[in-house]
Amino acid sequence: MSPSGAEVLRQIKSRIEEVDPSVVREQVSNGAVVIDVREAEEWSTGHIPGAKHVPKSYLESRVEGAAPDRDQHVVLYCQSGNRSAWAARTMIEDLGYENVESMTGGFTLWKDRGYEVEQPRTLTAEQRERYSRHLLLPEVGIEGQQKLLDAKVLLLGAGGLGSPAALYLAAAGVGTLGIVDDDAVDLSNLQRQVIHSSERVGVPKVDSAEETIKALNPDVEVKKYAVRLGPENIMDILPGYDIVVDGLDNFPTRYLLNDASVRLQIPVVSAAILGFEGQLSVFKPYDGPCYRCLFPVPPPAELAPSCGANGVLGVLPGTMGLLQATEVIKLILGEGEPLIGRLLMYDALAATVGEVKVRRDPECPICSREPDEISDDELGVFPDYEAFCAGAH
Amino acid sequence: MAIVKIPPVLRAAVGGEKELSADGTSVGEILHSVAASHPETQSQLFGPDGGLNRYVNVYLNDEDVRVLDGLETSVGAGDTLVILPAMAGGAA
Repeated sequence: MSPSGAEVLRQIKSRIEEVDPSVVREQVSNGAVVIDVREAEEWSTGHIPGAKHVPKSYLESRVEGAAPDRDQHVVLYCQSGNRSAWAARTMIEDLGYENVESMTGGFTLWKDRGYEVEQPRTLTAEQRERYSRHLLLPEVGIEGQQKLLDAKVLLLGAGGLGSPAALYLAAAGVGTLGIVDDDAVDLSNLQRQVIHSSERVGVPKVDSAEETIKALNPDVEVKKYAVRLGPENIMDILPGYDIVVDGLDNFPTRYLLNDASVRLQIPVVSAAILGFEGQLSVFKPYDGPCYRCLFPVPPPAELAPSCGANGVLGVLPGTMGLLQATEVIKLILGEGEPLIGRLLMYDALAATVGEVKVRRDPECPICSREPDEISDDELGVFPDYEAFCAGAH
Repeated sequence: MAIVKIPPVLRAAVGGEKELSADGTSVGEILHSVAASHPETQSQLFGPDGGLNRYVNVYLNDEDVRVLDGLETSVGAGDTLVILPAMAGGAA
């Protein structure tokens, strides 16, 4: 009578070397080749960092690609440690490998121990459906969609510009959206701030925005900062973000943002609106001009009406916010011609778009210097910095 | 003679016009001509030393006149000057 499968497995395990996950962790850093022999769908849920994937059913034909040398130290693992034992036997007895081990307990034990797990760069079936119209574009595709999912974008304000930008960035699958806003939703916001809703009047904007984003796309992680961006917190908030979307409503913070973003080398997609007109540009530190190259000093209060309440056609921040979102996505994908060194001017009433060149100023007080030469104390500083907006009221 | 595009913040000073025609063959002449016709724009465009205020950018067609010859930049018929002060309006 032939032995049972369990008995064969027991015999195999007695003939091969098994290693504990704790040892495998050390072996990885010592140059061992770790091979995951599970099926593709198991691999796609997570695997040991740095492992190669050769499903057991393809072992004989593909393992040489992962481990070309027969005397190489190879560690195999599967989900629980059984399939990898079979695979180790095959490699040793049929394929002539000399130094193959099987990890006891498999990936299940590895995870139970709390060891590091790498999520492979694949899309789930739901994501393939959700982003199918992106995947059909050669400029995006799976690789581009993964870039979007990996991207971290910080929105300064969940207001007129931030609302539409956040909505479309969330829909596009930008994986992390940080939102800085210390305001609560007001009824007068709803004419243009489309991420909020009537029933959320009085709710903090960061919470309201998060609710809409989560309902739209659960892939997106929302990081909320219910604070007013200022010199005391900017260097805590900005680091780690790939791109900043600037919808700021005042000059002091805009200069502060510029200086901090140059120092941290984070591109800023900036828009401003007034009445029926909008401006848009991308300030990518050291690749193009910074905001101070464009406007070295802020205008006096009488020429800066944005410090007070002004009328705005509700759809205009929508248009400009979506142009910002478009630039953000282009930067993430590395596609197209970003609006670096150019300033776009949109006149909604005339239905015209104009553009002017923005040059780097070789004497710019900020971006003519190396990032680490810019000190904390200099960020956003002007001689009359504090007095500036106060004078407008 | 050139077309001068007036930004929203300066329109009140020019009777609400979005663009003006102004005489002159240089950027300086044209902007002084605007200021002469609309005196309220004088202090907004020019500083006490007679130079352009640093918070106002002026473009000949699409190029910043500061990288050309500044106020001396010559302007041909059919050219457009764009006056562009900084706008900070988000939409909070």
